[in-house]
Amino acid sequence: MLTKRIIPCLDVKEGRVVKGIQFLNLVDAGDPVELARFYDKEGADELVFLDISASHEGRDTIVEVVERVAAELAIPFTVGGGINKLEDMKRVLRAGADKVSVNTAALLRPELITEGSDYFGAQCIVVAIDAKYDDELESWRVYTHGGRKPTQWEVTEWAREAVKRGAGEILLTSMDKDGEKSGFNLALTKAVSEAVTVPVIASGGAGNADHFYDAFTEGKADAGLAASIFHYKETSIGELKSELQKLGVAVR
Amino acid sequence: MIGIIDYGMGNLHSVCSALKRIEQPYILSGKPEELHETDGLLLPGVGSFKDAMTELEGTGLADFIKKETENGKPLMGICLGMQLLFERSTENGLTEGLGLLPGKVDRFRGVTGEGKSYKVPHMGWNNLHFLQKEQPLLIGLDEGYVYFVHSFVVQTDNREVLAAAAHYEDVEVPAVVGRNHIMGTQFHPEKSSETGMGILKNFCQLVEEGKQR
Repeated sequence: MLTKRIIPCLDVKEGRVVKGIQFLNLVDAGDPVELARFYDKEGADELVFLDISASHEGRDTIVEVVERVAAELAIPFTVGGGINKLEDMKRVLRAGADKVSVNTAALLRPELITEGSDYFGAQCIVVAIDAKYDDELESWRVYTHGGRKPTQWEVTEWAREAVKRGAGEILLTSMDKDGEKSGFNLALTKAVSEAVTVPVIASGGAGNADHFYDAFTEGKADAGLAASIFHYKETSIGELKSELQKLGVAVR
Repeated sequence: MIGIIDYGMGNLHSVCSALKRIEQPYILSGKPEELHETDGLLLPGVGSFKDAMTELEGTGLADFIKKETENGKPLMGICLGMQLLFERSTENGLTEGLGLLPGKVDRFRGVTGEGKSYKVPHMGWNNLHFLQKEQPLLIGLDEGYVYFVHSFVVQTDNREVLAAAAHYEDVEVPAVVGRNHIMGTQFHPEKSSETGMGILKNFCQLVEEGKQR
């Protein structure tokens, strides 16, 4: 039976993990490879590295990170952040990443999705969507630039468009819920999951196992992504998975 | 020495990394004369069946693979590489495959016999059910979880080529296939943690043993 995936997200800046400093048992908690190894051992199904480097020089360091992770780990991982053109995709995928995620760049120039998908196959292209509820729209509006700029897109319309253009997966972040630890945005997740035929990763709001359970059942998500609850050891992936198993969710 | 067949289809780096990790010597090449010198062939690949066959035929690699396997060289296909071992696929129009194993490749229907729709691709970790434990790729392994990403699936009436399957909705997905020295996995062993690495090790071992014979 296909299992639901649990995906920790690591924010990487100039080659260093910027959250997750509470791993006292690690020699170097700022090393992305060390943290990746730790999560792999804990049972993470995939990893997402989000490059938040501000400079081009900083962004070059992600390629080294990708090479080192690919050399050591046998689980799939995605790289996002700073992917603006086909060349950027080639750089990280050739370094050993399995997927790239695109967000703002895809909204500014949707052809980028098709270019990546035609070149590497749809399974390599994740479209990340940041969405926030909008009273005027009576639905969720898609934002770019890390949630700073609103677009004209309603979330399910953009998700459908992204898939039509070759997205193999949708990484959906609720801006309303992000950082709240009060649970995923179930209505949003369900709306997008039902709108597209490709897998949807729910993100934003994870606080405990029940939240993941709700996202997988009511929200119809295929995977759940979280950062802080894993980084700050509020729950381990192992504990989370055994609780989900008790609740009847198929996990690895 | 393993030869990883490079025919321009997708991301071969993770397969290379995996062989490095298990300290298996390999070359990555698209040249038949170089690949001929190896003891076993790995055919990876992501992308479309039709594009892949066009590349393999255009470069002479299709004939090369057929000839090498006729002479008994072990061959393992991964993901699309496994699908290419079969007779034909309906992806982007009917395309002839390498025809080394009996069966055809079709898209997941996306809806069960009872009318329930499901996601395509079949993406994520699914557990294996062994149908033939004695298959060389499965020796010493348990029915663990492995990582799949695919929208097309092999269909065959010859159950003797099915070594392991995974279940996705109402589809029995051929996951490990093989006959004699020709075999393949629908999932990505290079991304499938211990079980995947075990399968790659088994293939490398079989290649090394074949060399000694």
